[in-house]
Parts: sequence; C-alpha cells; structure tokens
Amino acid sequence: MGKWLPVLTVILAIFAGWYATVPFMNIKETLSALERAGAVVTPDSPIERRDAPSFALVVKNSFAVPATYAQDRPRLPAPHQVALDLWQTTVEKKITSKRSLVYHGWITLSATLLGFVIGTGGGILLAVGIVHSRAMDMSVMPWAIASQTIPILAIAPMIIVVLNSVGIQGLVPKAIISAYLSFFPVVVGMVKGLRAPDAMQLDLLKTYHATQAQVFWKLRLPASMPYLFASLKIGVAAALVGAIVAELPAGGARGLGGRMLTGSYYGQMVQIWSALVLAAVLAAVLVLLIGLAQRMTLKRMGLT
Amino acid sequence: MILVFLALGLWVAMWLLNTRLANGPYANKRSVRMLVPAIFGLTILAVWELLVRGLNVPMVILPAPSQVAATFWDEMPTLWLDFQQTFIKGALSGYIIGCGAAFLMAILVDRYDFLKRGLLPVGNFVAALPIVGTAPILVMWFGFDWQSKAAVVVVMVFFPMLVNTVAGLQETTAMQRDLMRTYGAGYWPSLTKLRLPAAMPFVFNGLKISTTLALIGAIVAEFFGSPTMGMGFRISTSVGQLALDMVWAEIVVAALAGSAFYGIVAMAEKSLTFWHPSQRK
Repeated sequence: MGKWLPVLTVILAIFAGWYATVPFMNIKETLSALERAGAVVTPDSPIERRDAPSFALVVKNSFAVPATYAQDRPRLPAPHQVALDLWQTTVEKKITSKRSLVYHGWITLSATLLGFVIGTGGGILLAVGIVHSRAMDMSVMPWAIASQTIPILAIAPMIIVVLNSVGIQGLVPKAIISAYLSFFPVVVGMVKGLRAPDAMQLDLLKTYHATQAQVFWKLRLPASMPYLFASLKIGVAAALVGAIVAELPAGGARGLGGRMLTGSYYGQMVQIWSALVLAAVLAAVLVLLIGLAQRMTLKRMGLT
Repeated sequence: MILVFLALGLWVAMWLLNTRLANGPYANKRSVRMLVPAIFGLTILAVWELLVRGLNVPMVILPAPSQVAATFWDEMPTLWLDFQQTFIKGALSGYIIGCGAAFLMAILVDRYDFLKRGLLPVGNFVAALPIVGTAPILVMWFGFDWQSKAAVVVVMVFFPMLVNTVAGLQETTAMQRDLMRTYGAGYWPSLTKLRLPAAMPFVFNGLKISTTLALIGAIVAEFFGSPTMGMGFRISTSVGQLALDMVWAEIVVAALAGSAFYGIVAMAEKSLTFWHPSQRK
C-alpha cells in the first residue's frame, strides 16, 4: 500500500485533470453543434464565440458541459471515449478487419521485433569486433558515439521510398529503420559491457593460460549482461518509435503510425488517441518483458 | 568497373593504414586518436562516391556525396530558412521551455516525498513510451506553425529531464548533508550551495539526452503538417519528388545541428562541472 498509494494518487490526478480539461477544449464545437440542433447558447453569434475565451464560454453555457464529453469528433476526447474506442477496435472487431487495432498493432509489432532482432544482433557483433580489434575500435567507435547526437529518425521517409523504388515493400523497410535505431544504443552499451571486466580478472584468466575465445565466453560475455539488458530496453523502445515513424510516409495507412496519420488527416482525434494508447501499451509490455528476462538471467548468474 | 575496384583497393588500403596506426607506437597520441576516425570517415565518403559513379547508381536511389555537397551549397538560403523554422523556432524554444519546466518540477518533486514516490515511477514509465506519437494531437491543437513543434519537443524532453534531475538531487551523501546542517543551513542554502551543484552532472546528462530528442521531435512533428518550410517538411516533400540530393543535404544540416547542439551543451557541462571526477584528465 505504501508503495502504490502515491503512484495511484498521481495517476488519479492525471485523469482528473484530463476530465477537467475536456469541457474547455471542446466547448466551441459543442456549442456550434448544439446551436444547429436548436438550443439557445450565449453568445449566439459564431464569430463572437470564436473570439471568446473558452473559460467564459464554459461558465456562460454550463448546461453544455455534459455534451462536451460526448462529442463525435472532440479536440480532446475524454478517457472513457478513448477506452470505448479501444474496446470496439480491439475486442469487438475481427482481427483480420482493417478497422481492427489488433491488426494494425500486429503490423507495427512485427516490424519492431524483426528490426529489433536484426539491430541487436548486428550491434552485438560490431561490439565484439570493436573490443577485439583496436583498429576497428579507433575507427568506428567515435562515429558510433557521434551518431547518437544525430536525429537519425529523419532519414526514415527516404529509406522507405528508396527501398520501395527498388521493389522492397512491406515489412522489411520498416524493420530496417527499427534495426538502425536500436543498433547504436546496443553497440555503445555492449562495448562498455564487454570491457567491464577489470585488469585483475583479465590477468587471472591469463595466468590460467586461457585463449581469447575462452576469455570472451567465460568472462567478457557474462560480465556484459547487465549492460546488454540496459541497452536492450533503450533499443526496443527506439525500435518501436522507428516502426511507427516509418509507417508515416509508407502510405496505405497500415500500422499504428498509419492510423495516426489518417486520424490526423480526417480529424479523428479518438482514433489517434487509441493508436497512441496501444503504442504505449506495446512499449510498456516490450520493456517489461526485457526487464523480466533481465531479472531471470541475472538471478541465474547470481549477479543480483 | 575500374572505379569499383578502386573503391575496394581504397578500402583495403585504409584498413591497413588504420591497423598500422592503431597498433603503432603513437596510438595513444591525441593526433592519432583524431586521425584514425577521420581517415575512416573520409574513406567511407570516397568509397561511396566511387561506387555510385562506378555502378551508375541513379540519383533517385543514392546520390553521390559530391552531388549532395553541390546541392547543399546551391540551396543554402532554403536550408537556412528550414533550419531557422525547425531548429531555432521549434526545437530550441521547446527545449528551453521543456527542460526549464522539468527542472523546476524536479525541485518541487524532490521537496515532497509523496510526489517523488508517486511521480517518479510514472515519469520513468512515460520516458520509455513512444512520445513522438503525440505529434498528430499537438499539431491539431496548436496549428501547423512552430508552436505545435515546440509543444511536441516540450512533451518529449520533459520526462527524461525530470527523472535525471531528481536522481541528481539525491546524489549528496548523508555526511555532506549533515555538514550543511551543522552549519545551520536550512532548505534553500543547502539546495543552492550543496545539492544543486552536486546534481549538475545528472542535469547535464538529461540536457544532453534532450538535445537529440528535441531535434527528432521537431522534425517528426513536421511530417504531420507544417508551413511550407522546415526540415521535416522539406524531407517529406523532397522524398515525394525523388529529389534525394535535397533530402541528403537536409540530413547533413540535421546532423550538423544535432552534433553542434550536443557539443555546446557538453562544453557548458565541462566548464560548470569541472570539479567532477568524470571531467578530470
């Protein structure tokens, strides 16, 4: 209880603030709709309403507040509207339907996972190379670190279109962007991890007359595990962001990014919010799963 | 074909030279440490140029570095306008507002234990979420101009900065805090004289992470709607026109802006946290 009470309070406060903001965000559209339906609103001219502050409108038309929570196309949907839309698009729709969020979520998730696996694998391999070759270390490492200050995400649209013109479509281009984004955090973290054993431990293995391969498998790799998992968490979150952004220029409006883009074209705020919530849930689940794997691995290794 | 072989030969030569330098007697000299990555980067550029020319790669797939450089030079005024719109108006203003708000919030959170225990788990959770996804919502609320980009940046940088600053404010040891108490220092003197300076390395860590996030947020938000300028706008429209040299020129601008931004913050860190062990030579 002592641990959860503050967290729950904060979450409740966020929802309360959300509900409290809804009338102010939606009042103008609501009043216009109510006026068209024949209600008397103050002030009655649309131009005056446009220039009036939302706060004054809510105060003068307090009867309209319940209607602000039930708008068809709200500027800020209430949490229950988002929850309802999520329920309808995930549980009540068949998962093969193009309107099912599970369908779109799976498209994004598959690209994320494929890209994450490629990026992590490549990152670990490069890190192994960097640790064992001094030339590679000195040539590549400064660039790997510098590349983290660059907004790599900006090249996503280009990769999509270029691969499209070569004839590669669908999952692979998105996975490449995801891989690219999860690649560098893994390289940097893994290099740090493989170098974590100190001189004393390396010397001990030398006195055992261990080969370089034995040093790697018995000392460096186990020692790098905490670092690897820390960068995997960053990497998987980055991979998901990459997949979502990669879906923006892909057209076809598939995937969570596609849902967000069509939502913003047609003013369907609820649709954007549901896609956003699902993306957040996906990210949280992925990070939690890696955290679980981390706990289990480190426990078996006796590191925690 | 000759150019392709030339590229391969160049690659091998670079590798031999770098191996030589890295395992040679001067490998730990500062100049060699700078030289090796520079040789590597230049070789990649040269190999790219030779391969594009040798294999006749069409410009719509991959422009040669020389083409990109020419476009960069010719389109300088446009690129400058885009840079102003995206970086100075969108990213920088959002960065200052977001980091400033997070910093003040962190001091508040640190003061009240209840807030700390409630807000930190939520903040850690939110920091891992794909916050870029709020871009379409914020673009709808704040319009197409830079205000919406700044808003996206504020949301993106807020939580990493908050989490880092709060962690930094807890960095002092009990001994140091006791010492302040024996001096009769209250909350504010010990905050300004002990805990804020001790938090600086963490604050700068948050600031450095936020530089990249700010640029990403400003660029990606432009994919959801923007006035007819800005780096994200130019990238998405030039991709549509298959003007890939322009896209690459814009990426060069983004890379330069990103590393310069990071570099400035890192330099400020160096001069403000000179006392910290990580800055010692």
